[in-house]
Amino acid sequence: MAENKNVMDLEYVVVRFSGDSGDGMQLTGTLFSNLSAILGNEISTFPDFPSEIRAPHGTLGGVSGFQVCLGANKVYTPGDLADVLVAINPAALKVNAKGIKNTGVIIIDSDSFGKQDLEKAEFKTDNPFEELGMPDSIQLIRVPLSSMTTESLKEFGLDKKTVLRSKNMFALGFICFLFGRSIDQAIHFLENKFKKKPEVLKFNTKALIDGFNYGQNIDASITTYQISKSNKMPKGIYTNLEGNKAVALGLIAAAQKAGKELFLGSYPITPATDIMHELAARKDMGVKVVQAEDEIAGICTAIGASFGGDLAATTTSGPGLALKSEAIGLAVMSELPLVIVDVMRGGPSTGLPTKTEQTDLSQALYGRNGESPVVVLSPSTPTNCFDYAFAASKIALEHMTPVILLSDAFLGNGASLWKIPKLSELPAITPSTIPASFTGKYNACVRNEKTKVRYWAAPGMEGYAHRNGGLEKDYDKGTLSTVAPNHEKMVKTREAKIAKIADFIPELEVEGDKDADLLVIGWGSTHGHLMSAISELNRTGKKIALAHFNYINPLPKNTAEIIRKYNKIVVCELNSGQFANYLRSKVENVHYHQYNKVQGQPFTAYELKECFTKLLEE
Amino acid sequence: MTLQDTAPYTAKDFKSDQYVRWCPGCGDHAVLNSLQKAMAEVGIEPDKTAVISGIGCSSRLPYYMNTYGFHTIHGRGAAVATGLKTAHPELSVWQITGDGDCLAIGGNHFIHSVRRNVDLNILLFNNQIYGLTKGQYSPTSKKGFVSKSSPFGTVEEPFRPAELTFGARGNFFARTLDVDLKTSVNVMVEAARHKGASVIEILVNCVIFNDGVYGWIADRENRDDRIIVLKHGEKMIFGKNRDKGLMLDGLNLKAVTIGENGITEKEILTHDATCEDTTLHLKLALMQGPDMPIAMGVIRSVEAETYDKAVHAQIAEVQAQTKVRTFDDLVATYESWEM
Repeated sequence: MAENKNVMDLEYVVVRFSGDSGDGMQLTGTLFSNLSAILGNEISTFPDFPSEIRAPHGTLGGVSGFQVCLGANKVYTPGDLADVLVAINPAALKVNAKGIKNTGVIIIDSDSFGKQDLEKAEFKTDNPFEELGMPDSIQLIRVPLSSMTTESLKEFGLDKKTVLRSKNMFALGFICFLFGRSIDQAIHFLENKFKKKPEVLKFNTKALIDGFNYGQNIDASITTYQISKSNKMPKGIYTNLEGNKAVALGLIAAAQKAGKELFLGSYPITPATDIMHELAARKDMGVKVVQAEDEIAGICTAIGASFGGDLAATTTSGPGLALKSEAIGLAVMSELPLVIVDVMRGGPSTGLPTKTEQTDLSQALYGRNGESPVVVLSPSTPTNCFDYAFAASKIALEHMTPVILLSDAFLGNGASLWKIPKLSELPAITPSTIPASFTGKYNACVRNEKTKVRYWAAPGMEGYAHRNGGLEKDYDKGTLSTVAPNHEKMVKTREAKIAKIADFIPELEVEGDKDADLLVIGWGSTHGHLMSAISELNRTGKKIALAHFNYINPLPKNTAEIIRKYNKIVVCELNSGQFANYLRSKVENVHYHQYNKVQGQPFTAYELKECFTKLLEE
Repeated sequence: MTLQDTAPYTAKDFKSDQYVRWCPGCGDHAVLNSLQKAMAEVGIEPDKTAVISGIGCSSRLPYYMNTYGFHTIHGRGAAVATGLKTAHPELSVWQITGDGDCLAIGGNHFIHSVRRNVDLNILLFNNQIYGLTKGQYSPTSKKGFVSKSSPFGTVEEPFRPAELTFGARGNFFARTLDVDLKTSVNVMVEAARHKGASVIEILVNCVIFNDGVYGWIADRENRDDRIIVLKHGEKMIFGKNRDKGLMLDGLNLKAVTIGENGITEKEILTHDATCEDTTLHLKLALMQGPDMPIAMGVIRSVEAETYDKAVHAQIAEVQAQTKVRTFDDLVATYESWEM
């Protein structure tokens, strides 16, 4: 393999950190990403966890990864193949071997590539690189991470385990050198992180600095990188935000904007639990969180709080959404506001709990008994999880309906730069509370005839005591009714209420080359990969456009108009064609090509480009 | 001065305009009347009261109340009520449930609402049968019970609600009989005043599918000899002639007649509903005829912190230590930078 020094000037660079799940690769990756953002790069990150919490040390099952793409311009995704791979052990090397560019650089802990280490990773020879068939063009940097870290931390008299756990900081220091990241800023981050643990701060900082210095000392023999600053970002205060945290913040902002208290009823489930963690920590904001006894109680406590007048939410993933089905029906029938967040993962059944997929769309749209329409939204970047959690809350409160927000593991765990908004900049939320001017006799079916939205009154409000529930009610009196025409009228009313929401949501916008020969349709988390493939092809003169959906039910009003403008259409999604089938029922007599992937992994821009090029040639 | 003098409400204030649709002769009618009386006696405002139910005959009750009411889905009333009470502890929240709703499909929510000690008043209508689905055995039906779904008799043991309540570390358990309005009103008033999950097992007759299931104690002629209405601080005395009582016999309870075998009133046990240890409460709750009377009244009533109050206390505690109040304050604490 090549070992020569040069400086590479890049527009984008993809770095992947990989090691044992206990090696601190997530922290290393996050700190490195934040450092890059501060220096003015755009970033998009994605962690890849094993489903085992702590698989046996050094084995393939225990490899945990974190990928970041840094760029001078718009960064749509964490990238396909890595330019730089940090592999802490042979297992990490093996798992990621196919994910590195032929021109890439691999940094390994040369102390962790002994015979036993290789055996744990199921290598049969003592040359893992040859065994993996790695091309000579890949540059290998052997850093004796374990021994250097041990030497670096000698003075602290720490036990071996603690010392070795700090080798991620030594590695981070080294990477900071390679990419010209400021060591002072990294130290500042550590100071914040270990504010309450001064001793831990001391030895981590030492390892970090020594890693950086090590890089300077061997400078002569390695490649370093320069990435220009991004100059297209709007000015503002930024932070790096994960999708799950963004959902939590969106709910908090919506509650404050609506003048409501926020209630979460939830049950732990991968990969959604971080939303509950964030909200449980927000007692300062007055957030009420019940960790319920099961998924059903999660949503039912939320429905209780909603009946009580709160902005209520429940968070889950596919199997949990299945358990909540009957209760969602109750919220539909009792016309109560409720936000249901489904952070989708690979299914069916327990499926692939830590992997991403878009396979719950049909469940969200149709997975209930009876005619049971709900609003379905889906964010498309980690940070617009904030915007769509906010929008979901706004629609729920203003239109008295459950709203399902379809995030996924890729968005929930991934992070991107977030321009922090002020509460005053966000749209107003006006819950459908019974107006003080109302003079008639209130019941659970009193509604705005124009929007079909019923008026809300909660226990404690004087003069509005009423009964609500899951049985069909009389349109006028709100009392129980099994009268045949009344039931049909109520079914149509609930349907019309949801359909009318289309008047309140933004129209669909086409991105890319609008005058295109091929219209790509996507929804939710695939936006980055689709857009990065399309813009690359646009640059080569290929005429492709993207219609990306965040509002799924109801669809934006101009959906049919846009779809009918194009001759060739391909619907791309991480399932077997659920959105394509939905579109077929909504915008008929259109030939929809499909590009589907159900591997628990996001699209790669590479495979999408291949697909689009082929379709253009057909 | 009695409570009735001070209460601003009468039972009528809690009656809705809806026609009550239970079968004529159903025990639920009597329980509804007792509940409306009890609410008036406690003096809670109808507009600050919510009655939450699941599914089953008894779960129709909210429609007949002039309070806020929510007829939810099968088994989930406890979870909905937990959410409502936790969100708004200032409300008086009542849960209406039956033996199927509470102990079969809703068993999990029941034990957890009791364990958490959510301040709910739980009225468990136990008629040992599924009425609304027309006559199947329930989790409280006696072993061998013949029903449409057990034509040869059941082969499973029933739950005993008191045992389940104590197993879930319940702090309040009372029992009453549908037609015993006096005891019913009393235990409902006590339940309302008790802070925490208050379970009232109401023995209810299903006139259609399980008529006479409690005939042995419903029988007016002999009822006083077959039940004992426990009152905190009072001797455990019962019987038409008030000459029977309960004594300890080793680690067991026994029913005795005062005046016989030299037994005097002094040796009769005094009921302590507030004792934290459940041993005696459990023994009382599990007494069965014909040798022992069935215990009625408040068997256990122990004070403990409620979940709903604790949630809000924790929020208040955290808020007292921080200046972060709004979304803008919160995001200002993030690691951020200008670009």
